Amino acid sequence: MLEIDIEKSLRDFDLQLRLDVNQGQTLMLVGDNGCGKTTLLNLIAGLDRPDRGRIALDGRPLFDSDLGIDLPPEARGIGYVFQSYALFPHMSVYDNVAFGLRARKMPEEDIDRRVKKHLKEAGLWEIRRAKAADVSGGQKQRVALARALIIEPKLLLLDEPLCALDVRRQAAMRSELRETIRACGVPCIIVTHDLRDVVSCLLERGRVAMRGRAEDVAVWGGDQE
Amino acid sequence: MVLFGEGGLTELANQENETIGIAVASRSRLREIALKAGLGLLLALAMAFIALPVLALFLRSPLPSIAEALHDPVVIDALRLSLMTSSITTLIVVIMGTPIAYVSARFSYPGKELADSLIDLPVIMPPAVAGIALLMAFGRMGLAGHYVSSFGISIAFTTLAVILAQVFVSSPFYIRQARTSFEDVDIALENAARTLGASRTRTFFYVILPIAMNGLLSGAIMAFARSLGEFGATIMFAGNFQGRTQTMPLAIYTAMQGDLDVALCISIILVAFSFAVIVLVKVLTRRVYKRC
Repeated sequence: MLEIDIEKSLRDFDLQLRLDVNQGQTLMLVGDNGCGKTTLLNLIAGLDRPDRGRIALDGRPLFDSDLGIDLPPEARGIGYVFQSYALFPHMSVYDNVAFGLRARKMPEEDIDRRVKKHLKEAGLWEIRRAKAADVSGGQKQRVALARALIIEPKLLLLDEPLCALDVRRQAAMRSELRETIRACGVPCIIVTHDLRDVVSCLLERGRVAMRGRAEDVAVWGGDQE
Repeated sequence: MVLFGEGGLTELANQENETIGIAVASRSRLREIALKAGLGLLLALAMAFIALPVLALFLRSPLPSIAEALHDPVVIDALRLSLMTSSITTLIVVIMGTPIAYVSARFSYPGKELADSLIDLPVIMPPAVAGIALLMAFGRMGLAGHYVSSFGISIAFTTLAVILAQVFVSSPFYIRQARTSFEDVDIALENAARTLGASRTRTFFYVILPIAMNGLLSGAIMAFARSLGEFGATIMFAGNFQGRTQTMPLAIYTAMQGDLDVALCISIILVAFSFAVIVLVKVLTRRVYKRC
């Protein structure tokens, strides 16, 4: 379970958030550009630092301003799929997926076995030798997801995972993504612009404006105009 | 008197418009031709201005005399010293300059603007001024040299002085290029590596460095070439002693006062080397990784 209770002063507003995401639950964050969605993911991942508060994962504090705890990103065990996918362009698809395991100094045979499994499941085995920069948008998304999942994260963060794909690919990848997230069974936070995704939480200027279904959020947006 | 109907007037107007259109089109074509000819002439003049002195160097020194000069002890000493000092200088500049360039590209700290300006200063500082400044700092009576000489170590007018002068003038060439290369590496790649479990050091060596490598290599080559051609700061701070501080440019200067042929031959070797460096830099900088 992920518990968040943090505050951070940003340039235009103060981010104040209190959220819980249970095991196997997916929280979708929707909001205008600059409302603090990506900042929240970066704060959870340890790429940015809250001013005060607490972030805990399965009871273990990742950040606690009172206790002076601030784990670096590499010690948090969080899988993060970036908006641009952030694949390493000088590495092959295989090496991208193996990167996290090599960072953990895992034996090469174990790495090979695991990478093979993940690449086959994601339908990427045939292109394992291709440079990450040379594969299609949909394949990049799968590589990024496989790379984040292979480290067996305790939490999954996805920042606009479908926005770099064309509309036709988005529909197919949306259901594929849903299946993969469901299968891995960890808490997941997805940042999206797309109300076709199931919405449960809407952020506005650093605060949770509402929780609910997509239709409710759409109606709420209309009421504000 | 000829009377035109409405249709005739329109036709006449159309013909007039067509004539005006043709005139405008031919005028604009003429302007375009003149512009192209002007630019071509400018390019040819610029090429000639650069190529003529280089060509003159080659025409004035026949091949046998170049081969002969390569056996001259002055040339051999100068070539050996130049290659040795420039290689050591490049190594020092890369080892010290890489972390500086990375910090400058990625972090903000108080006085960053001042530090960056200080790093760039030797580029615009006249080399002779750089030589005097080094002498005032590391000479026997200099600010730092005073302390060093109390341990019986002398820096000025030694091979070490040649290296220090080269490091001083060539380091900005590497650091500026390296800084740009690091800035070009998408910060998301660094963040991705960290969330995947890589430490800062591992991220630097496995992700950032390989992506920035082409830029770093071309920066190192530029620094090497600048060291090879260094003259002003070296002659002021290290002097001009054969085998000890007399690098290729200093040997050219010395030879000019006696044997012009030797000066020409050393110059040709330097030109050939510089040209090879430029080609290498162009080839290396062409290979850039596509962003994912």
